[in-house]
Amino acid sequence: MNDNRRPGQPPPLRRKRRVRATHAARTQLSRAADAARQLRGRPGPGDDPHSAMRGANPIVPPQSVARRALLALVAIMSFLACLTVAAVTLVGERADNWQRQIADEVTIQIRPSDTSPIDEAVARAVDIAAQTPGVRSATALSADDAARLLEPWLGSGFDRSELPVPLLIAVSVTAEADLAALARRLRDEVPGASLDDHGLWLERLAAMARITTFGGFFILALVMAATALCVVFATRGAMAGNRDVIEVLHFVGAEDSYVAGEFQRHFLILGLKGAGIGGLVAMVLFAVLGIFTGLQGPTPEEAQLRSLIGGVTIGLPGYIGTALTIMLIAVIIAATARLTVRRTLRDLD
Amino acid sequence: MIRFENVGLRYGLGPEVLRDVSFRIAPGSFQYVTGPSGAGKTSLLRLLFLSLRPTRGLVRIFDQDAATLTRDSVPHLRRRIGIVFQDFRLLDHMTTYENVALPLRVLGTSEAHYGRDVSELLEWVGLGDKMWVHPPVLSGGEKQRAAIARALITKPEILLADEPTGNVDPPLARRLLRLFIELNRLGTSVVIATHDLGLMDQHDARRLVLNHGRVDIYE
Repeated sequence: MNDNRRPGQPPPLRRKRRVRATHAARTQLSRAADAARQLRGRPGPGDDPHSAMRGANPIVPPQSVARRALLALVAIMSFLACLTVAAVTLVGERADNWQRQIADEVTIQIRPSDTSPIDEAVARAVDIAAQTPGVRSATALSADDAARLLEPWLGSGFDRSELPVPLLIAVSVTAEADLAALARRLRDEVPGASLDDHGLWLERLAAMARITTFGGFFILALVMAATALCVVFATRGAMAGNRDVIEVLHFVGAEDSYVAGEFQRHFLILGLKGAGIGGLVAMVLFAVLGIFTGLQGPTPEEAQLRSLIGGVTIGLPGYIGTALTIMLIAVIIAATARLTVRRTLRDLD
Repeated sequence: MIRFENVGLRYGLGPEVLRDVSFRIAPGSFQYVTGPSGAGKTSLLRLLFLSLRPTRGLVRIFDQDAATLTRDSVPHLRRRIGIVFQDFRLLDHMTTYENVALPLRVLGTSEAHYGRDVSELLEWVGLGDKMWVHPPVLSGGEKQRAAIARALITKPEILLADEPTGNVDPPLARRLLRLFIELNRLGTSVVIATHDLGLMDQHDARRLVLNHGRVDIYE
């Protein structure tokens, strides 16, 4: 009746059944309207109501959904979730960094031996290390360096000759270095020598990173579950408040999926807003923390701590993770609302 | 089109409000459902609208047994039925225009297609100047006319009306009756539940008279 298509333009994609039903309804209604005009003896209005229909009222009134409280709750949950994601990212990055640093260096330890002087053993060990493929450098720590390392435990005035203090050789290696072969040669050719490849530390760091990541995801799952539960209650409340709307929708032939879609739209918008607010606050917090931790004074202790832990900056992966968390929360909220509506309608039936 | 055979209905463990009700509604027919208050007129309409399931007996609507209908198939049948409620059931947060357009909106029809139809129908029921107001500011009669327009907008195969002229003045009641007659002439079956004898006298049609839950049919 009111076809705005240009000649040759294909009809809009729609289900066949719907097109047929709509067409039949339009045809019949046209006849009814014509008959009605004849009965009344006056023409139709001919005005175009479409401009007034733009921005039509939503079928489920937004005011009927618990907006402010739920928005605040979603924002808080989103903030916590983003914080967790950032913490996991941060710890993961630091653990990788530490592992890389530790794996780049091994230590040869030379214990004093009765069979040969320790200085000769050190020189021999440095030679062997230098000959090993994949070794960048091998530097023996002097006796004074070794004493300095022991100072925190033994004090500054101890007599080194009274204690069998081992000497250390710092060996910088690449990933291709055959550490097993180096350890074997040292054991065979240098009395009292042993190679420490920091494997124990690496294992512990990897375990710590795994535990932190697992804990982070567990907390994230709890936050998501709590959010979903809150949305379940909010959806049920919204449905109870819109019982008349749901009834009318059913009376005019709406399927459950249509009703669920109307509620889902509200909760998706609410979820995006709430999660966006929470995520944005979290991002601002990360940025501020990054600036403040970068501005700390250059005292030896602070420098040492910074070299160990680094600044509180989450980097690009952290920000991407935060953005994904925001979207995930919004999707979970919308899906939960949809499922709750469908389930509640089925139960009501 | 619709067939009732020995239909009984009770709410919970209460007494039967409908007993051994048997009748048929043919395509293109016109009938009144009448009887005293509490006789079961609204319950009968709710059975016809698949809003209730019978306690016993057979109800077939559009050749489908109401007892075996799945939840998913009910909306498709309801789209072929128009209903006007005694209490209107208009949505207060939507304009009169939006209320009337609701069944088409649910069907997924675009505004471009239904806009003119809706405004023409509203003009005809005398609500052309109330198109963009919300139901709370409409009078009882205006709400009634909006509810009728909403039931008619998809041009259903059968129209069920529960006391459609209960809140309108006699001239408008006559006009609405003429609309129902004209719709019937165009092929729509019409079932009007009323206890308005004056209305029934204006247009002679089949009467299903309910009394104490039983139905007597006067052709």
